[in-house]
Amino acid sequence: MEHYYQPEIECASREQIRAWQDERLVKQVKHVYDNVPYYRNLMEKKGVKPEDIRSVDDLHKLPFLTKDDLRDAYPYGLLATSLENCVRIQSTSGTTGRRVVAFYTQHDLDLWDDCCARAIVAAGGTKDDVVHVSYGFGLFTGGAGLNGGSHKLGSLTLPMSSGNTDRQIQFMCDLGSTILCCTPSYAAYLAECICERGLQDQIKLKAGIFGAEAWSEEMRQDIQNKLGIKAYDIYGLTEISGPGVAFECSSQTGMHINEDHFIAEIIDPDTGEVLPEGEKGELVFTSITKEAFPLLRYRTKDICVLTREKCSCGRTHVKMCKPMGRSDDMLIVKGVNVFPSQIETVLLNKGYPANYQILVDRVNNSDTLDVEVEMTPEMFSDSVTAVSTREKELVDALKSMLGIYAKVTLVAPKTIARSEGKAVRIIDKRKLY
Amino acid sequence: MTVKQISVFLENKPGRLYELTKVLRENKIDMRALSIAETPDFGILRLIVDDSYKTACVLKDAGYICSITPVLAAEVADEAGGLEKILNILGENDINLEYTYAFITRKKGTAYMVFRVQDNDKAIEILSKNHVHLVCQDAFSEL
Repeated sequence: MEHYYQPEIECASREQIRAWQDERLVKQVKHVYDNVPYYRNLMEKKGVKPEDIRSVDDLHKLPFLTKDDLRDAYPYGLLATSLENCVRIQSTSGTTGRRVVAFYTQHDLDLWDDCCARAIVAAGGTKDDVVHVSYGFGLFTGGAGLNGGSHKLGSLTLPMSSGNTDRQIQFMCDLGSTILCCTPSYAAYLAECICERGLQDQIKLKAGIFGAEAWSEEMRQDIQNKLGIKAYDIYGLTEISGPGVAFECSSQTGMHINEDHFIAEIIDPDTGEVLPEGEKGELVFTSITKEAFPLLRYRTKDICVLTREKCSCGRTHVKMCKPMGRSDDMLIVKGVNVFPSQIETVLLNKGYPANYQILVDRVNNSDTLDVEVEMTPEMFSDSVTAVSTREKELVDALKSMLGIYAKVTLVAPKTIARSEGKAVRIIDKRKLY
Repeated sequence: MTVKQISVFLENKPGRLYELTKVLRENKIDMRALSIAETPDFGILRLIVDDSYKTACVLKDAGYICSITPVLAAEVADEAGGLEKILNILGENDINLEYTYAFITRKKGTAYMVFRVQDNDKAIEILSKNHVHLVCQDAFSEL
């Protein structure tokens, strides 16, 4: 039998959901207009006043926000309340120019926790479960989100954070973890380790909530089979709150968007036109309940399809498919957002040519990032130690910029294809979409 | 009292050294000594030739990244303990070897060691004082 954390909301009638959205949107637009000069300016440029937004039907009149706006307004420009009302900051891993810093009031955190609690219940969780959170804790929203959701639900929460696989497995066995929350690639890696050690009988896992990176249906089957669990997808982004913007239910056919908090639209990424339901386009979110950092019409760059078809789980909120790609060049590697421009900045700073190639692959279910850089006369030396030291400096600089390890391979000059027209900078062999 | 070594960047992939030797052959360049230091990704080829300037030009034209480094080439008696004697001198005088490799020539009874050190002048002074014969670039074509 299907369980819900907030059945009156999750299974509300479409009319009810729409009524909430209408009311909250109008209020939110006014809140943002009054408190965020940056967005008020965008609205004025477009000739839109808060009074023009009377229901969700008017949503399309509002200007979009993009990551560029977040950069321009960094750090406080999109804050809609005074800092003294805020209790938390979360951030994405990106650095210079690409970092997203999001603010939360206590109310915002409470609602975010609700969203994650809904995801845990949808995965079969109850207050009797032991929720093993192996997302990274810290600025990253993964750990904080699921941790909060699990607390709210009253489950016993294991804030493991990422890494230290031996300890993860030990705790899983000793403390009887029943729900695992982490990136799908880490889940696959854990599954492999557990099978290799023959510990399948020792673990009590029944479900997993895996997000923050793209994963295929094959990977889901693999994890489910190896761990003997049901694996659920979860979606979110720091800009909008974090994980729990949308989550999968027992039917495993897409993720229900928490529409009482977020209005989803699909637009044509080129024209910005809103597309009818069922069409593929860029996913756009409007946050209608957040106090501190309420983004209106934020372009996620995720390419996706929405469906309001009746779901067997009983939930009535719209479903989004797994993101089918990106409308920009952002890569998600090990759950971390990586922009080629970040890599380029590091290379140029370190005196390397801007001719590089980024190779992303998934080896043993774990993402790898390899940056091929052409050797230059300035970087060359007759000493291996000297060249290796420079290579190591580059690796360190990339790690500090991206937050994850990237292997650097020095290649001979002119070996990286200079293609006609647009350079092929990224080779993603993972075939995720 | 130094010898000009040519160092070349090579990817650690099949055929890369072959391609380089082809360039040398096409330009009639004869090698005197060769050594490679390798990492998993790349290698550094170290070459000693008669005409180092010409070789460096030819390799640069062929798209290689290379540099010329002055190194020491010491004559070593081709007998047991020959190298030990020289290394002892260097060690006693606190001279660290960054790398070293050996080669022989047509000259009988003598082998040669290439030494890459931080301070060539200091090493030359000490080796000469201890009667170790160092080969200079000009003498190379006669070996």
